[in-house]
Amino acid sequence: MSATSSTILNLPDQSTATLPKKNYINAEHGLLSWLFTGDHKRIAMLYLISITFFFFIGGAFAGLIRLELLTPQPDLVASDTYNKFFTMHGIIMIFLFLVPSVPATLGNFLIPIMLGAKDLAFPKINLLSWYLYMAGGTFTLAALVLGGVDTGWTFTTPLSTHYLNTHVITAATAIFIAGFSSIFTGLNFIVTIHRMRAPGMTWFRMPLFVWSNYAASLLMVLGTPVLAIAIVLVALERTFGIGVFDPTKGGDPLLFQHLFWFYSHPAVYIMILPGMGVISEVISTFSRKRVFGYTAVAFSSVAIALFGFFVWEHHMFIMGVSNYSALVFSLLTMLVAVPSAIKIFNWAFTLQQGSITFETPMLYAFGFLGLFTIGGLTGVFLGSLGMDIHLTETYFIVAHFHFVMVGGMLMAFLSGIHFWWPKMTGRMYPESLSKLAAVVTFIGFNLTFLPQFILGYLGMPRRYHAYPPEFQVLNVLSTAGATVLGVGYLLPMLYLAWSLKYGAIAGNNPWQATGLEWQIQSPPLTENFIEVPIVDHEAYDYEWLAHKTQHEVTTVG
Amino acid sequence: MHISPVLWQFLVKWLNASALFPREASTIAPYADELYFFLILITILGLLLVGALLLVFSVMYRKEKHPVATQIEGSTLLEATWTIIPLAIFLVCFVWGALLYFRIYNPPTNAMNIYVVGKQWMWKAEHPGGQHEINALHVPMGRPVQLTMISQDVFHSFSIPDFRVKREVIPGRYTTVWFEATAVGTYHIFCTQYCGTKHSAMIGEVTVLTPEDYQKWTQQSTSGMSLAQNGERLFASMGCNACHSGNAAARGPNLAGVYGSKLQLANGSQVLVNDAYLRDAILNPSQHVTAGYSPIMPTYQGQISEDGLIDLVEYVKNLQTNYRVQQTLTTSQSDQTAPITPEMVKP
Ligand code: HEM
Ligand SMILES: [Cu+2]
Repeated sequence: MSATSSTILNLPDQSTATLPKKNYINAEHGLLSWLFTGDHKRIAMLYLISITFFFFIGGAFAGLIRLELLTPQPDLVASDTYNKFFTMHGIIMIFLFLVPSVPATLGNFLIPIMLGAKDLAFPKINLLSWYLYMAGGTFTLAALVLGGVDTGWTFTTPLSTHYLNTHVITAATAIFIAGFSSIFTGLNFIVTIHRMRAPGMTWFRMPLFVWSNYAASLLMVLGTPVLAIAIVLVALERTFGIGVFDPTKGGDPLLFQHLFWFYSHPAVYIMILPGMGVISEVISTFSRKRVFGYTAVAFSSVAIALFGFFVWEHHMFIMGVSNYSALVFSLLTMLVAVPSAIKIFNWAFTLQQGSITFETPMLYAFGFLGLFTIGGLTGVFLGSLGMDIHLTETYFIVAHFHFVMVGGMLMAFLSGIHFWWPKMTGRMYPESLSKLAAVVTFIGFNLTFLPQFILGYLGMPRRYHAYPPEFQVLNVLSTAGATVLGVGYLLPMLYLAWSLKYGAIAGNNPWQATGLEWQIQSPPLTENFIEVPIVDHEAYDYEWLAHKTQHEVTTVG
Repeated sequence: MHISPVLWQFLVKWLNASALFPREASTIAPYADELYFFLILITILGLLLVGALLLVFSVMYRKEKHPVATQIEGSTLLEATWTIIPLAIFLVCFVWGALLYFRIYNPPTNAMNIYVVGKQWMWKAEHPGGQHEINALHVPMGRPVQLTMISQDVFHSFSIPDFRVKREVIPGRYTTVWFEATAVGTYHIFCTQYCGTKHSAMIGEVTVLTPEDYQKWTQQSTSGMSLAQNGERLFASMGCNACHSGNAAARGPNLAGVYGSKLQLANGSQVLVNDAYLRDAILNPSQHVTAGYSPIMPTYQGQISEDGLIDLVEYVKNLQTNYRVQQTLTTSQSDQTAPITPEMVKP
């Protein structure tokens, strides 16, 4: 390959190349072989399909929300319907997309391979967690079809317990079940990472993707049960009126907020940490360098996970908590921002002295860095007590968490899907189209959510179905942006599906990356490795890779 | 951070006129905006820094220019730098934000009080002088106003963006917020906590009047009975006066002058008597037995609305002598006015 080419793509000769005769996809045939599989890679694919399905339902609701907000009048739908729209959008995006996205698809597929293992520690539990996910999804759809829910994804009591006649319990059941899916996935990862590493794969030789999923798994296992409890209490209060959240019975309405955010704040880290892992892999590969300060990045994941449990009250600064507890939680919030800042600089400095190419995953990773930086810094606005008073519950919040979750997490997810697509399917996607999609997504994203920061400072409340006319211009901009963004999301769907049949054959290691997953065939065999690999080098050791490749060439030739 | 006052004025004027910025209509607003600009500045600088690093490295170390990467393990010095500098900046934001928070949530002692009840889906304001308004609030300019708020059903949240204040309105407990308006005009009141079907219609308008206009407004819109007078009527009709008769042999403690005092409870603890305590003592008397009395007071849970509680609290609050209690004892339909105690708020 010539040094002037801007690509490191290393594809086999397309005239002779074929997919490996035996791989996990064609190992067995028929729908049942998929539905009863114990293979982590097949389960990952099941997740990928179902998550994509729910993402597009959630996305359709986003479109409807934005369409309603095109004009200040409540003209598209009635207010109850609008409230159901944003509730569905929120529930689906959070519980059925963001939380499982990277761990359940990429994590499931890659963690065993990255560790040199044949499978996860508990393949059957892994399959069970997919069924739980699907059951959760089915209940969500049932709530939708039966007439919807309008609690908002936050299920605020006493609104959800005493004042709404919609399908709250159905939706709560959905979340309860989906929560167990997440707990099982987390448990499976933790045990696998502790027990199934190949000889030589020490903790500090693990790819950072594994580290970040490990940290997220801790959160899933420790945090999700609290959500489950909160949800059960809501259901009990609704059916039996037990009164834990009801002040007229001596209960405390703020208790629900504490319980809910004790899960839901760490949950944002469940969502973002695995995405950070993807970014580490991608940036390292396309600058051909070991991640700068590997140990610091690994530890900062764990630090984020642990600190993540001590900041929940920052969702309640205006709720009449004591001024002094607000002070403590604001301080802790500022502290938890630091590890994220560290990571941004580590990624940037990984580029330094590298040999950088700009493949599609790298473009998405750059998108992530930009958008996540904005998302993170606007989080400091909200952590800063006095400013939070004015900004909370407005569109500033909506913009902030979309920057973090959608700008950050979704960019990372798309980056990862493109990066590992050749490994998962054995085929490449059309390159110029994928780069176009990355750029369209980036532009559409900014056009959609930047105006919302301004709307927020102007005071436009979130979850509003109609709004005063002076907010219209910015809302129109945002809706226009959402249209562009929608196109940006549809494109990958189409060309990735196309590539399944027509994409170029990828070969084992199209990016010349160092991870163990790139040393086996694409798509992999059901058992991943023919013999247990022995790991004798650090993560991201490109010199080892160069040496190995040379060695292979000489022995083969 | 100190911006030159002239520059600041210019900036604020320009921004106030633009559609990208809410009006500055309270004494808090300039402080909030100052912090906001500081945070924006940090965000832009941070973004420029990250952007510049990415751009420069991408150009300098792209594959064409730099075909072979040099492996670097890391650098403790650099790591320490980018841990400590962000930490320092975040700590500045923390301290600044905390100062602002205390400014916004600690009312000055001379603030006049207005009650606000949130319900699905309206704001009901009750002035001590007996003026009631729905989705509207009239306040004088240049005087600190404290709102004592409670919800009758679900969480609501009271927000006036042009004043930069907001506070959750919670069922079962009083929350407060205060502001001092600096410009005559009308401003939006939003409910910012999702509260069901007509959440987005729970909008009101606060009208800031000059002190003279405010005086006129209070005179024109009074219902003829102050909150305390309404409370007095309730005090009699609900039978409170049977025990709280104010004399030494009464079965309940004397309520005159109790507001603001430290009360010794039967369980040994001491409490400060404020609005929240009074409300709670009416609803859950068995948990607040005053030392020296037996727990015989019935609960009024479910028998009285939040509006009624406010009236009762306002009555007890203003009870400086036993004169009114004597009155309510003898007549349960008292419309006569009491001798005015100096502290009593009179419209
Ligand atoms: C085209 C893309 C999207 C648009 C235009 C969009 C738009 C919106 C809007 C306008 C709201 C605020 C509703 C309100 O408060 O009145 C909202 C809420 C929300 N969005 Fe999105 N969104 C998009 C994509 C996503 C994605 C991809 C996710 C997650 C992966 C997501 C997660 C959420 C969540 C969790 C909420 C909160 C719902 C609630 O308030 O209950 N959104 N979205
Ligand atoms: Cu409300």
